[in-house]
Amino acid sequence: MTPTIERGPEGGFAVGPIDGLLNLARKHSLWYLLFGTACCAIELMQTGGPRTDTDRFGMVFRSTPRQADVLVLAGTISYKMASRIRLLYDQMAEPKYVIAMGSCANTGGLFQESYAVVKGGDLFLPVDVYIPGCPPRPESLCEGLMLIQQKIEREPWLKKAWGKYKSDKPDPMPTEGCEPLR
Amino acid sequence: MTTASKEICKKLADKLGVVLDFREEAGDPWALIPAERWKQACLTARDEPELSFNFLRSLCGVDRPDDGVIEVVAHLFSYQHRHALVIHTNTDRSASRLESVSSVWPAAIWHERETFDLFGVDFTGNPDLRRILLPEDWVGHPLLKDYEEPDSYRGIPTTRPGYEKKKFGPQLKKPAPKKPAPKVEKKPEGGEAPKGTAGSAEQK
Amino acid sequence: MTEVLQSTPDREELILNMGPHHPSTHGVLRFIVHTDGEIMRKAVPDVGYLHRGLEKIAELQTYPGYMPFTDRINYLEVMFTNMAYATAVEKLLGTEVPPRAEVLRVLVCELNRIASHQITLGCITMDLGAFTPFVHLLRERERINDLMEALCGNRLTFNYMRIGGVSQDVPDEWLKQLEAFLDHFEPVIDEFDSLISYNEILIKRMGEVAVICAEDAVGFGLVGPNLRASGVDWDVRRDLPYGAYPQMDFQVPVGMGEKGTVGDCFDRFIIRVEEMRQSCKILRQCLANLPEGDIKAKVPKMPRPPKGEVYSCVEGARGELGVYLISDGTPKPYRLKWRTGSFAGLSIIEHISRGLMIADLVAVIATLDVIAPEMDR
Ligand code: SF4
Repeated sequence: MTPTIERGPEGGFAVGPIDGLLNLARKHSLWYLLFGTACCAIELMQTGGPRTDTDRFGMVFRSTPRQADVLVLAGTISYKMASRIRLLYDQMAEPKYVIAMGSCANTGGLFQESYAVVKGGDLFLPVDVYIPGCPPRPESLCEGLMLIQQKIEREPWLKKAWGKYKSDKPDPMPTEGCEPLR
Repeated sequence: MTTASKEICKKLADKLGVVLDFREEAGDPWALIPAERWKQACLTARDEPELSFNFLRSLCGVDRPDDGVIEVVAHLFSYQHRHALVIHTNTDRSASRLESVSSVWPAAIWHERETFDLFGVDFTGNPDLRRILLPEDWVGHPLLKDYEEPDSYRGIPTTRPGYEKKKFGPQLKKPAPKKPAPKVEKKPEGGEAPKGTAGSAEQK
Repeated sequence: MTEVLQSTPDREELILNMGPHHPSTHGVLRFIVHTDGEIMRKAVPDVGYLHRGLEKIAELQTYPGYMPFTDRINYLEVMFTNMAYATAVEKLLGTEVPPRAEVLRVLVCELNRIASHQITLGCITMDLGAFTPFVHLLRERERINDLMEALCGNRLTFNYMRIGGVSQDVPDEWLKQLEAFLDHFEPVIDEFDSLISYNEILIKRMGEVAVICAEDAVGFGLVGPNLRASGVDWDVRRDLPYGAYPQMDFQVPVGMGEKGTVGDCFDRFIIRVEEMRQSCKILRQCLANLPEGDIKAKVPKMPRPPKGEVYSCVEGARGELGVYLISDGTPKPYRLKWRTGSFAGLSIIEHISRGLMIADLVAVIATLDVIAPEMDR
């Protein structure tokens, strides 16, 4: 579905379905929420740092959920934090994606015996990509971000925007619309 | 270290006018303060020029279900004299309550809040005794040895679906071979809660 | 994210909620700020968003089995948490650590201290609105991460120490790399100083802000750089020596009130810059006299320390890091408690925040160098 770019006599033009064009634009401007809960957040910072620069994918961090497309669950999630993360997720505008980074966000990881840790981010959020590791290296986080890009490329975006598309990832705790701020 | 601690402990005991129980095992020695003298002892330890313990390193709880008590332990340190002291006190496990030392060292406010949160010790006189680490609607005090995890919290299951539930329940230390005999008598009572007291009864 | 929660019409007090997700980088922590216009009446910290129950987990693990968990107590000063726990168990067991292992421990600790201060200083500047120094410091930190990865196989959670010693010996190659790093890094500190530390804007934002007097600092139990910034000359490395520190020669920087009063934010900032220099000095000494020999003492696979209790502390990057350990003679700890600098450091905020501007709150949090996992454990 990727549009092909052709060169014409008066400049270039692209041929392809509208979906593909939109996806091309969306794919290269994935903004992630600057948010981390534990150790993995440091690696998230390093990934945005000079060596594995995520800016080259068009990924920049945003500090507010309203402007973000991707929520990276970086770190251990405690029960106290889970409801706040859900609130953040609900505030993000569609289309939104979730990456579970690190074994804690995948399954609870090391903290299976803990009384205060949620055993996996997918118990309260629909997760798109899981990245293993404790903590994952910046390279693997980059790969995860690229997987999101591939997912976006394949998405029938217009159908989704009109609400005729059912996601294969059901929300484990659906909320009706956006929760009003207190 | 030990002799120094012993002398410090003796000084403190003299000032308080009681005989303190001084214990030496492996590691650091410590002194046992009667619960009703707790605040007074702390105040003396801070204000006496020979002691001047101005730094509260930590204050925490230790659950001892076999003895039916929750210990409160404070680690004191003095920057002037460079000496340290460890003091313990015992509170009743079923209704544990202790006078707060937050007016002695302001650092104690948060340490006591933490002890209240994890052990349920009620510090009377603490200006801000709320849960600190766990959410307000949490049930129970998790660092007690007989704490049991609920199946879910606010709709989030506490075990991953498809996994076995972790055996996280009572870690009461009981000699295993002794167990069968009293079990028959205890059975009609049932319930999880009295296990702590049952353990202590067995010991005595 | 700042949202208006509630305001009372009769009094001009506005209650603002700050966090637990907010664009500063200290992990998840939340403040409930009572303000009167731009001036704060008080800021009440709310912690626990990263409580992982690590103290309870200790009761379910064997002594060596708990070692990987200590990494997660504070992921910025992993070596210190490793060391605090290892020394506590060694004290109970009465183990003598071989001299080479002691020096190696000091070496990795000081390297870790530099890495931790890099993040701290970067965060301070970032919270005050300058993004570039943060990226500069992250660039330098990558080099330390590479060294650590070469040594113990992970970039963040090292799990390097063992009860009775360390897990890996250092190859000579690695020592050369470390020396090359030091040659490169010492000029970088000077560059950092000339570029950032004495920058006019930074001084205006930090000088005379949130002064903590020595009495308050001791009473609230501040430790480490925060305590020294208030003029209390105390360093566990020098005053209660442990490990190989007695052999090392280094200075302990104390707050001088260079750009204001003793104990202001600028003092807390500049002390950390100075500590990086001192750490480089210690590292060079370690390189110069690294003894030969074993790296691990003989410790049983499943140690059973005798019945008793011990408190053991090391000077971490955030000050005194203590472990209170009770053993009951079984292979598992009976109770383990962490005494961390950030927990005490945060408790003072309610006390000092009165009368500050809202914009200064981030400077206070950043220079106190509080970090969520250490507060919540
Ligand atoms: S996966 Fe590992 S590194 Fe990441 S938050 Fe969990 S414990 Fe920390």
